[in-house]
Amino acid sequence: MPKLAYRDALKQALIDSMREDPDIFVIGEEVGRYGGAYGVTKGMIEEFGAERLIDTPISEPSIVGTAVGAAMAGMRPVAELMYVDFIGMTMDQLCNQAAKIRYMFGGQIGVPMVLRTQGGTGRSAGAQHSQSLEAYVMHTPGLRLAMPATVYDAYHLLRQALTQPDPVVFIEHKSLYAMTEDVDLTLPPPEWGKAVVRRQGKDLVIVTYSRQVHYVMQAAEELSKVGIEVTVIDLRTLNPLDFDTIRAEVEKVGKAMVVSEGVMTSGVAAELSARITEECFDFLEEPVIRVAGEDIPISVSIELEKNSVPTTKFVVETARKLLA
Amino acid sequence: MTQMTKTEGSNKSNSDLLSHYTQMRRVRTFEDRVGELYLRGASAGSMLHLSIGEESAAVGVCSAMRDGDTFTTHHRGHGIFLARGADPNRMMSEIGGKETGYCRGKGGSMHIADMSLGHLGANAIVGGGIPAIVGAALVAKHRKTGAVSIAFFGDGAMQQGVLYESMNMAALWDLPAIFVCINNQWGMGTRIDQATKSTKLHERARAFGLNAETVDGRDVLDVVEAANRIVDGARAGTPGFLAIDCYRFYGHGRKDKSPYRSDEEEAEGRAKDPVEFSRRMLIKNGVNVEELDAVDAKIDAEMDATIEFTIKSEEPALNTMFRDVFAPGQPEPEPVTTRIDRVLSKEQY
Repeated sequence: MPKLAYRDALKQALIDSMREDPDIFVIGEEVGRYGGAYGVTKGMIEEFGAERLIDTPISEPSIVGTAVGAAMAGMRPVAELMYVDFIGMTMDQLCNQAAKIRYMFGGQIGVPMVLRTQGGTGRSAGAQHSQSLEAYVMHTPGLRLAMPATVYDAYHLLRQALTQPDPVVFIEHKSLYAMTEDVDLTLPPPEWGKAVVRRQGKDLVIVTYSRQVHYVMQAAEELSKVGIEVTVIDLRTLNPLDFDTIRAEVEKVGKAMVVSEGVMTSGVAAELSARITEECFDFLEEPVIRVAGEDIPISVSIELEKNSVPTTKFVVETARKLLA
Repeated sequence: MTQMTKTEGSNKSNSDLLSHYTQMRRVRTFEDRVGELYLRGASAGSMLHLSIGEESAAVGVCSAMRDGDTFTTHHRGHGIFLARGADPNRMMSEIGGKETGYCRGKGGSMHIADMSLGHLGANAIVGGGIPAIVGAALVAKHRKTGAVSIAFFGDGAMQQGVLYESMNMAALWDLPAIFVCINNQWGMGTRIDQATKSTKLHERARAFGLNAETVDGRDVLDVVEAANRIVDGARAGTPGFLAIDCYRFYGHGRKDKSPYRSDEEEAEGRAKDPVEFSRRMLIKNGVNVEELDAVDAKIDAEMDATIEFTIKSEEPALNTMFRDVFAPGQPEPEPVTTRIDRVLSKEQY
């Protein structure tokens, strides 16, 4: 099987989709000649030209707004926001326009665009380039949200996002771009909107997504050494949210933890924890525990940064406390 | 025929002017009626923004548009959509929140849209609809359709950053995009000179490389001429900007008595009434008053029927509430009551 990097899987997904669908184009800062801040679109301009890899001025609201209009006019734009941290600038175009157009206009038209961006910590990028803002997106009806953790999912989720009838926010993790896996991209893709059980255990269910999947899998390995067997659920998409898989696993085990890199308060972990409590109450033997980012901005200091979001060690410690 | 002067402006045919007059009168009467509907409590939205006084902008610019052109409007956009060919029944019933409306009652006055007429949507966010026309113009250029895309907005949006990003991109990429500022002098309760030091709005667009001009909206024929110049330029690849000076006759919303403006100012502004100006010009040009009265009466009857249609139309069914968040065939959101019942019901286990 070929080794492939997360970044290259994303590029391959764009290339394959753009070859199949001439209506797809990429628009954003440095996506063309430069090839993307994280190199995802590097070299693509040679095949597709400047009309399909459109370099823009530094104008985030209009990048997203242009994509909205182009999607309404019948094409399928992939707008790129260099960092998810800039999503606040585009909140009007994303949340007031893209997300609401189908509903406000009584179903006349949708906005089939993909907003590709990246988030998360791990590159000592400081408070304004390291956030995990997926809760902003998850909180807005009308937006889909995909967050791939693996190379295989990076490819297939992006391919699938590019066939969705509604706007998809696609958040990559900045610390995963260089990660490689042996993958066979010709295998049938997992279903869009379905979570994946990455590991099956009998003592605790951990629900997570994006880079934390890897931390949690390592934590599960370590816990296994002390006799604790953990089920790990990788959500893959947060909207649609596959709660059926979560419910089924929590009902089998009776104990659940949610791990998210985003800050704790009013975050994705809060929503998931509330739902598990509501829907699996009769099966729960312990409170649902949230492991999430501290309620603080991210530091540029590598040590502070690393310890302000869940680490493998922290997941292990919390799991042991929960099961003690 | 009476002598024509520059200010009473015309070497155009009366038939054109009569057609513009008729369109403007329809817009005016529609908005008068919709205002009545609103004051009777029979419309759905808590907000109603009328464009009375701005009719020449709507009719003048729309006269330069063709089939296939697209546009977005602002929260004061009834007139533009009507001038572009909207069905008044579907429009008013949308404003009334009825199932028969353009958006099946979900959009209302500020969110009317109709893809079949190229209307990519009215917008309740000041400046919110502007960048979408950059996208639509990008597609028109890419597909070589020959269409232009026009963003209509008020002077309030002139201070929004997204406008400048959009004009810059449109100019940079030579897009068939047009930015039309209907300058009614007031952004809610703030007069234009209280919002910006520089009130020569078209100069800003020129700085980005757009064809740009300002036209007085009193004479619709002047607006038509300016709009044709700007639209032709955009079809040929130079994006345009047109500011149309006019005056908002009423307050920001229908119930706003505009205490922030003096009676003198309002009287002066209303004296620029483009509908009455056209009527006077037609009469000067020899059209008889009876003919114009007949036009008005026909429009009155049409709009009376529209009010009736709206009042008789059904409200949307409650279960449509969960529809159209996502595309047809995609799972609909789970209603809160369903979720609560499901959670509390032990039978599911």
